[in-house]
Amino acid sequence: MSDLDQNHINTMTKKAVAHAAAAEAFIGDEERTDWHDETLWFVRHKRDLAVNQLPEWEQLREQASRIKDHTLSNLDKYLMEFEKNALTNGVQVHWAVDAQAHNDIILDLIKKNGVDRVVKSKSMLTEECHLNPFLLKQGVEVVDTDLGERIVQFRDEPPSHIVLPAIHLKKQDVSETFHQHLGTEKGNNDPQYLTEAARQHLRNKFVESQLAITGVNFAVAETGGFVVCTNEGNADMGAHAAAVHIACMGIEKIIPKAEHLGVFLRLLARSATGQPVTTYSSHFHRPRAGQQMHIVIVDNGRTRQLGRPDFRNSLKCIRCAACFNTCPVYRRSGGHSYHTAVAGPIGAILNPNLDMKANADLPFASTLCGSCTNVCPVKIDIHQQLWKWRQVLAEEGFVDPSKKIGMKGMAFVLAHPDLYRFAGKMGRWVMRAVPGLVNNKLNLWFKQRDMPAAPKQSFRDWYLDKNKHSLKK
Amino acid sequence: MPGRETILNAARKNKPAFIEAPPAWAEGASIAPEQLTQKFIKTLESIGGKVIQCNDYDPIRAKLQEQLATGRFIANTIQGLGATSTEVQTNSNAQSLEPVEMAFIAGTLAVAENGAVWVYESQLLNRLLPFICQHLVLVVSRETLVSTMHAAYRKLDIAAEGYGVFIAGPSKTADIEQSLVIGAHGARSLLVYLVGGTEI
Repeated sequence: MSDLDQNHINTMTKKAVAHAAAAEAFIGDEERTDWHDETLWFVRHKRDLAVNQLPEWEQLREQASRIKDHTLSNLDKYLMEFEKNALTNGVQVHWAVDAQAHNDIILDLIKKNGVDRVVKSKSMLTEECHLNPFLLKQGVEVVDTDLGERIVQFRDEPPSHIVLPAIHLKKQDVSETFHQHLGTEKGNNDPQYLTEAARQHLRNKFVESQLAITGVNFAVAETGGFVVCTNEGNADMGAHAAAVHIACMGIEKIIPKAEHLGVFLRLLARSATGQPVTTYSSHFHRPRAGQQMHIVIVDNGRTRQLGRPDFRNSLKCIRCAACFNTCPVYRRSGGHSYHTAVAGPIGAILNPNLDMKANADLPFASTLCGSCTNVCPVKIDIHQQLWKWRQVLAEEGFVDPSKKIGMKGMAFVLAHPDLYRFAGKMGRWVMRAVPGLVNNKLNLWFKQRDMPAAPKQSFRDWYLDKNKHSLKK
Repeated sequence: MPGRETILNAARKNKPAFIEAPPAWAEGASIAPEQLTQKFIKTLESIGGKVIQCNDYDPIRAKLQEQLATGRFIANTIQGLGATSTEVQTNSNAQSLEPVEMAFIAGTLAVAENGAVWVYESQLLNRLLPFICQHLVLVVSRETLVSTMHAAYRKLDIAAEGYGVFIAGPSKTADIEQSLVIGAHGARSLLVYLVGGTEI
């Protein structure tokens, strides 16, 4: 195994830094933070332009939400219907209870077919299962073929966004990475030039590949087929060139009928990037002559989430990332600060289900402003669930005790009006008379912020004064 | 398969009480029939495609002849345009198709709201062809235009063949700093001939 491979495994398995600490490191570079923030807001804006062209947008969201609610309430039956039809279509179906089972199934297929040239298009599920580092340990190198994913793979980094994997990088970074790995001209930062270099490099990989792994956007129970959406065409280049195609899907990717694709394909790309539809929406039903087609259906905690009434509707997610792009915290902390395959607001409600202890920080990475909920195309109540996870995590003992003490202290003060008034008066006096007491590093609020100017009078005093004067009149 | 039973049992046990499916989508606010062509053209051009309207196959035949004359590997899968390419077979591999410069393929229907054209596997001859070619030409009848994806799925039988695809524009990416680059892995350009009245 090369040093690079070993580095890759180390990066993927190293201990995660909590969100707040990672975010602090991210915003250390102010200019870059502003750029990240603006770039993602630009994508959110494109989403708005696309959405506003459809007067029926809200009805579409409602329809999608209801289809998903229905599907989840009948999930076992739809999974069986899908399996039956897929088998009839000549597709082999595998079931994986967890990430390990998923990885083992894929390794087994690779070994059985005696192949070693594997390409993979974007699949957040395989990221969630840490498939690449697992296969690398077994001596199998997987080439990620989505441009953004190839860039982060060269850099031994995980994707920072589920739709735009390399959104944390600037073109100078990509240029340097490609110079090292593809021998492109040093300092040539032209995206056109860099994309062309990747095209040539990956064309060879496609032509040589023996086995292709793809994700699944939608799996249709009534036909046993599945749909994969890309703009680059990389999923198709891989799947149609290789002798073996493995498509990996979470159990929540099921939709009952083909006609439902009309609803979801209208929502997906508009929500994700503001496009009317992705360039390619590929419908796979049967392997081509001489080809093997496999589907791996993965649970990995999803049925557990299904059993949590407050959180089950997070399984409606279609992975558009609209909630990422709109989130004021995501935009200013970057995807890596979430230390999980799916970052952003949706990641913050999915990941505590996978590992409560390791991901207890994520539901706190939010202002609960609710923008995520407003843009979600399938109407997941994301900000409500963030708030509910906080209660669960506190009850389960996964929240820092200092947070609890602070909350208890605040509750006590708020419950005692005289104490509250006294504290307010003291606070205002201190801020005016000895500002150094609050304008220092010990005060977390003072970090990256100025303290507000302290008024001489509280609102209550002002109100009482005013009433006194008007009574005199 | 123990995994299968474990998953299905857990789903059965943990799913909420049955919720009815909503009624099928009732088309509302769709595009007026006389605006379909303009909407399709405008949308496809906004996502990097080009559209040529014509009344019959003559301009397309001329385009094919002009391309064949260059001596490069031009793949034609449309019988109505003349001889189809013998080099493109269902089982042609990636290596043999990699040099395809331009492919001419017929589409089944076109969608006005998003500029997408549906193509069945039987129209492609080889699943890889529309992706591996450098430039793609799709030919679709104007009569097939529908307003939205709902209407498209009502007309299509997605499971009729082993594979089918909606193609909307050339291959593209914005993975480097959100700068749009046309020609990621698939075709670098898409030209759609919208043929008036003529059935393909």
